[in-house]
Amino acid sequence: MEAGEQFILEAARLGELLSALAHQGYEVIGPSIRDGAIVYEPVHTVDDLPRGWTDEQGPGYYRLRRRDDDALFGFNVGPHSWKKFLYPASHRLFTATCQQNGTQGAFRIVEEVPSRQPRYAFLGVRACELHAIAILDKVLASPNYTDPDYKRLRESTFLVAVNCTQAGATCFCASMGTGPGADSGYDLVLTELLEGSHRFVVRAGSSRGADVLAALTTRVASAEERELASSQLDHAAAHMGRQLDTGGLQALLYRSYDHPHWEAIAQRCLSCANCTLVCPTCFCTTIEDVTDLSGDHAERWRRWDSCFTTAFSYLHGGSVRSSTKARYRQWMVHKLAAWIDQFDESGCVGCGRCIAWCPAGIDITAEARALREAQAAGAHAP
Amino acid sequence: MPKPAKRPKLAVWKFASCDGCQLSLLDCEDELLAIAGAVEIANFPEASRAVVGGPYALSLVEGSITTPHDAERIHAIRRSSRMLVTIGACATAGGIQALRNFKNVREMTAIVYAHPEYIATLNKSTPIKDHVAVDFELRGCPVNKFQLVELISALLHGRKPNIPAFSVCMECKRRGAICIMTARGIPCMGPVTQAGCGALCPGYERGCFGCFGPKETPNSHSLSTIWSGLGVGEQDILRAYRTFNANAEPFRKEAESHEREHHQDH
Ligand code: SF4
Ligand code: SF4
Ligand code: SF4
Ligand code: SF4
Repeated sequence: MEAGEQFILEAARLGELLSALAHQGYEVIGPSIRDGAIVYEPVHTVDDLPRGWTDEQGPGYYRLRRRDDDALFGFNVGPHSWKKFLYPASHRLFTATCQQNGTQGAFRIVEEVPSRQPRYAFLGVRACELHAIAILDKVLASPNYTDPDYKRLRESTFLVAVNCTQAGATCFCASMGTGPGADSGYDLVLTELLEGSHRFVVRAGSSRGADVLAALTTRVASAEERELASSQLDHAAAHMGRQLDTGGLQALLYRSYDHPHWEAIAQRCLSCANCTLVCPTCFCTTIEDVTDLSGDHAERWRRWDSCFTTAFSYLHGGSVRSSTKARYRQWMVHKLAAWIDQFDESGCVGCGRCIAWCPAGIDITAEARALREAQAAGAHAP
Repeated sequence: MPKPAKRPKLAVWKFASCDGCQLSLLDCEDELLAIAGAVEIANFPEASRAVVGGPYALSLVEGSITTPHDAERIHAIRRSSRMLVTIGACATAGGIQALRNFKNVREMTAIVYAHPEYIATLNKSTPIKDHVAVDFELRGCPVNKFQLVELISALLHGRKPNIPAFSVCMECKRRGAICIMTARGIPCMGPVTQAGCGALCPGYERGCFGCFGPKETPNSHSLSTIWSGLGVGEQDILRAYRTFNANAEPFRKEAESHEREHHQDH
């Protein structure tokens, strides 16, 4: 098998992929329908996948819709992201005991030994999500600052990417240069073809991906099939629901620090934190130390946090970002500007989750545009 | 034999309320023995009639102030308590009985009681903090028993309780629940309501009712705009804010603005 060679896996044989992964000891996590949305959960058979379903999205809006075909990946991204598995919402870091009842007893930290060391295979990772995982890698698994739990989970995770052959109404990965096709970072990538027979174009992106691919019943993809797959990606790229002009955006946002538009956003923003928690790259957490009633037993927990809470910026005497305006500005400036200073790339991959799952329907692309237009108008004012 | 360490005294006090919050404490079956081991329960009307004299290390106060007698009694409790914590929507915001604050209470007693002249009641139901200094407010209608145990543990060991003031949405997202407002168009109070219940109702496809009262920096006005967009009428928006925490300022003001608009409409 040549590196990067493309094969055809008939849709009826997709179960072989799930079996091969399970056989290698992976716990397969993939898209599945629950409570009116496509979420990421353990999948055991192809029947667990959202066959024939799609999602309709808009600002503050998400609905499942029936498709008129049997597509297995005919939707875009939903409320969950893979960080839910790689960087869980609540995670116990350690427990501690105090031998003598509440007094000056010996305090002992008991290292956390995970009872279960899951090895995940993520099925259906979109291009923007591959980039989001790469961003988390930079933040949480850099050589200087490593989160050991993240690193361990991440290294053992097998990634099956799926190229987007359609873009959602809230998607703007093409603007961010992160999609709709997966360029790297996957073990296997699939492109679903529905014309003619229902099949997948498959390509391996790593040696372990090639090993799994070798175990499947495939044939070499024809030139027409490869062409069809790539033209579908071009089509998706040309039909992004949203756009974000990133030209000079970082400087624009820094220049806009005192702009009255932030207050206009704050009139609508609920400071509810939904945007940050659905964002696949937001990594902020808080630490909670708890004791039981006896005081003999303590635990330290790490939980997802958000810059939209007042506790997030609490310093002695109060919260630094007490206004909603300051908190919205923190979120947007961090994602689109300060992240570039910190990590040499944008913190936004254009997945659109923060737009769809904001109850107020606040749209980061529209707000960036509004700031740009307001600045342009200001510059031309006499 | 070493003398057992003196245990701090805990007292529970009842004002105008349904006893639901005290029952949450009784409901801590697994923890109650540990609580009883860690503190001396000096007064707990739902559990025992015995009353041990003060001063108390910790007083948990349930219920709102609705009578002249109670307005006096709370001062005596404050004087004999080192820490005073209100438990539940009644003690913290005035409770459902604060709906009287928006009506004429004399007219109501005249309808309900055969001899309204015997009813000594105040015009308003007010939270404990309107009368005495309060050290911590535990929200909820009723309170969440885990938060109650957490609070007692934290106070016993001199640490900060892990009781955040952020939105119910945070709890929804942390548990991986799907937002019912976004995915189903069901009106939800979660974005303006303080966490604490574990996003119970949204987990059952019901909009949050706002039991835990206004979160930090709530934007009720924006939420009402969203509800209007979902087709909720002015009268129903008004009612959503007029429940257990009707008298909490952000909810009271939001309701009043809809009362005005509603009257203008008619
Ligand atoms: S900022 Fe919004 S669009 Fe960008 S990655 Fe985060 S959730 Fe997706
Ligand atoms: S936007 Fe806020 S929550 Fe997200 S990474 Fe930045 S500071 Fe953290
Ligand atoms: S931008 Fe939207 S999701 Fe984010 S805090 Fe504001 S209202 Fe909530
Ligand atoms: S269901 Fe309600 S509480 Fe949960 S995220 Fe949506 S608006 Fe917030």
